Amino acid sequence: MTRLIVVRLFFGALTLWAVSLVVFAATQALPGDAAQLILGRDATPERLEALRDQLNLHEPVAVQYMQWLQGLLQGDLGTSFSNRLPVAEYLTDPVRSSLTLMGLSALVATPIALFVGAFSALRRDRAFDHTSSMGTLVLASVPEFVVGILLILLLGPGGLGVFPSVYAREGGPEQWVLPVLTLALAVAPPIVRMMRATMIEVLESEYVQQARLKGMGERTVLWRHAAPNAIGPVAQVVALQLAWLAGGVVAIEFLFNFPGVGKVLMDAIGNRDVPLIQAVVLLIAGIYILVNLVADVIGLAANPKVRVANR
Amino acid sequence: MTGPSTSTPVTESPRRRPGLFRTAWRFGRTKVGVALTGLIVLIAVLGPFLAPYTATEFVSKPFETGVDGTLFGGDNRGRDVFTRFLWGGWTLLLLAAASAGIGVAAGTVIGVIAGYRRGWVDDVLMRTNDVLLAFPQLIAALLVMSILGPKVWLIVAVIAVSHMPRVARVIREATRKVIEQDYVKAAEAIGLPRWRIMTVEILPNVTSPLLVELGLRLTYSIGVVAVLGFLGMGLQPPTADWGLMINENRQGMAIQPWAVALPVTAIAVLTVGANLITDGLSRAAIGIDRGSRSDLGREHGTRAAPRWRDRAGGRRADRDRSPLGRRDHQRRVHHREARRDPRAGG
Repeated sequence: MTRLIVVRLFFGALTLWAVSLVVFAATQALPGDAAQLILGRDATPERLEALRDQLNLHEPVAVQYMQWLQGLLQGDLGTSFSNRLPVAEYLTDPVRSSLTLMGLSALVATPIALFVGAFSALRRDRAFDHTSSMGTLVLASVPEFVVGILLILLLGPGGLGVFPSVYAREGGPEQWVLPVLTLALAVAPPIVRMMRATMIEVLESEYVQQARLKGMGERTVLWRHAAPNAIGPVAQVVALQLAWLAGGVVAIEFLFNFPGVGKVLMDAIGNRDVPLIQAVVLLIAGIYILVNLVADVIGLAANPKVRVANR
Repeated sequence: MTGPSTSTPVTESPRRRPGLFRTAWRFGRTKVGVALTGLIVLIAVLGPFLAPYTATEFVSKPFETGVDGTLFGGDNRGRDVFTRFLWGGWTLLLLAAASAGIGVAAGTVIGVIAGYRRGWVDDVLMRTNDVLLAFPQLIAALLVMSILGPKVWLIVAVIAVSHMPRVARVIREATRKVIEQDYVKAAEAIGLPRWRIMTVEILPNVTSPLLVELGLRLTYSIGVVAVLGFLGMGLQPPTADWGLMINENRQGMAIQPWAVALPVTAIAVLTVGANLITDGLSRAAIGIDRGSRSDLGREHGTRAAPRWRDRAGGRRADRDRSPLGRRDHQRRVHHREARRDPRAGG
């Protein structure tokens, strides 16, 4: 099992490197060069030359990439074109906000989803099960920003007027409700479905039958025998959903004007602020890969066949 | 190899099950899905012909509602919301269909090749896949759009490329199951070239997962195209497009909700419909899957089904009649002969 995990880690690192290559290559496709972008159209040739020297734009592309990668590894993400701040410094607050938003959504979504899934499994083919299965199907198919807009239309200023639809710096905690709710609704359906499927499988298994035949109470059967065996695959799905959040958060932050990395990315795209775009894309892809890795490892660790294989 | 006489053995399978679409149609959800999707497709296709104004005509003040001659008032520029709604669907549908189609086709090619060739080809293709999978779909699209600028072909290409590795994974798994079947071994034994084995023997037998993937990718494509429009990275103004409409009018949502509510509802209904159909298809496909296992001798329940390939080409009667079906027909005949005697062709 350790060997498998090491192999996964190696491929994770390799993927991350490939992603950095793609991100770097993408910026090479830009018309004009970085110096032109920073100084604007009416820069004098002398100033352009000076800046090109400063940015090492005369070096071959491979050398530029190595320098960029070296900076990256040392935490130096370059300087933003639009506001002249170091990217790393500029990103601190948005990253914190985004992580809080994602964390809150996961905290809201996961327990409810697990409960709904488990309850559907226990009430299999009854009304609750059918309702939740239809609900998750609908929620899983609708794009998350559509869910967000429907929530705004329903609960926002134009509808019932319960919660504000736009994030403002001076606003209170109620402005977190709609973004968190939207993300939670987007994250939950696969967790519900996986929990339901795993629970059904576990409840039909021979060891649960055996536990029941021994005359154990239903509660003990559920919590000591069924639940621990259902956790593995479900934990994996939860991790995968967290990974999805890293990308899914962009449209939601844009919708609610929430000051996180997603909004920074959209603003950076608007300003063609390349170092910022690079940094945010790398960051999101990095989190995505990392959490996927964690999901893989959880999947391996929870799989009894793998776990026992090397003993 | 042609001639109606050779088709008789097919009729000997008495418990022959109807095709994937027929099986899927038995589920209520498929019918609902088809109705929902059909409604939106109808709006999108017929809309431009029924629109009372042109998409760029000014009929009111910005975000004005209750204007005479308009059903839902004006949008952020004072253009007729209803007209723009009717105009804005077909671009979304076309882009989504194109990107899903291209992505699934490319993914299928990769999946079949990787699954059939195995060895280093498989390794290289699948590792490349893993790298592509490392990008969240939307982020990859945004990166490319922000660098190269939002162009229509680029939207299709980016979404198609992001679908490719996901489809390839599924089709590779399906292929690996198929290549263990006798008819593939028989085809290899008689020395059919690899590309013919892949196109004629394997491809028709992975159509079930293929169709499910197509439905799934179509649903996702609709979502991604809509999100890109919503983020202002899809089609550009003054195009009437549902995603873009939401982006343009979201500031006035509180005073003119229709300009956002109409496209949002349409997208929601469309994606739910497409997903319901996909769900029906995948349930049908799983049923067939089970059937094929029972074919191998482990029969459970009363459900019995022929193998996938028996329904791969559609209904037999049609095939015999139509010239289009002849290729299917030959393939089937070839299969049967190959099954009966592996050396027959060689």
